[in-house]
Amino acid sequence: MVDSGANFGSDIAARTLPLAGFHGGSSAARLETAPPAERISLRARAEDVGALSGALGVALPVKPKTSSSANGRTALWLGPDEWLVIAEGNGGLMQAAKNSGVLHSAADVSHRNTAILVSGPGAAAAINAGCPQDLSLKAFPVGACSRTVFGKVEIVLLRTAEDAFRVEVWRSFSDYAFGLLCEGAQDASL
Amino acid sequence: MLLIHCPYCEEDRSELEFRWAGEAHIARPENISAISDEEFAEFFFLRNNEKGLTYERWRHIHGCGRFFNAARDTVSDRFLMTYKAGMPKQPVPETGASEKTVETYEATEGDAR
Ligand SMILES: [Zn+2]
Repeated sequence: MVDSGANFGSDIAARTLPLAGFHGGSSAARLETAPPAERISLRARAEDVGALSGALGVALPVKPKTSSSANGRTALWLGPDEWLVIAEGNGGLMQAAKNSGVLHSAADVSHRNTAILVSGPGAAAAINAGCPQDLSLKAFPVGACSRTVFGKVEIVLLRTAEDAFRVEVWRSFSDYAFGLLCEGAQDASL
Repeated sequence: MLLIHCPYCEEDRSELEFRWAGEAHIARPENISAISDEEFAEFFFLRNNEKGLTYERWRHIHGCGRFFNAARDTVSDRFLMTYKAGMPKQPVPETGASEKTVETYEATEGDAR
């Protein structure tokens, strides 16, 4: 290997986020791309939830449509035995799950998903442009989360504040999701 | 919008999140290697395709991902009840079943023949 190998490599293969450079929204709903995050898709039996929660440092929620956050990690209930765990930056989620010592399935989906942050008084209206769920604060309070549909693609929606949501979307669908959110944000400002 | 009650999410959700998954309560024969071709065809291919009350499997594919069972009236497209997979066939509650359905073929198109 030649001395300049490392530099040569970085010149031809720079990693970019799926939505790098995107920005959009309206006066009612602001759209931002979320910083890179680590994510695992986690499946486990009910009797092993306690051990996994301890190992991950965040309680895996067992109530439908709820999430919990602790130690920079957020665990989202997706199904009766299925969670999406998100950690800002590089959080070592796979190793933490392995340290639980109990039977589980964890798949690193950090780069399968990307996320769009939607905020502002029209945030719920912008998302409802393509999502059929009731996003009133009564039906979908802060911390509520759900896998659902947005237009023609599947998303995982998390309400992070009264007027702010995180939209997790598969990277190959993110261009479409961002475009439709832009239209929803425009409609929300009318 | 047609709403379907998911027994795992414990709430009504849009039909857009669901996918139909065929007739419910069809048990796989335990002696599958011993049965005749006719018996296999009966189990594997043939369905009742009931008009009216029917028991079906549905999947909340864009939600919790789980399969569950539903009792549905195929004439009115009304979901009478849903219950978790693995439970035995449930009796339909009286109130839903006694409701008169409208818009049958005979009622709307019968005279046109
Ligand atoms: Zn569900």
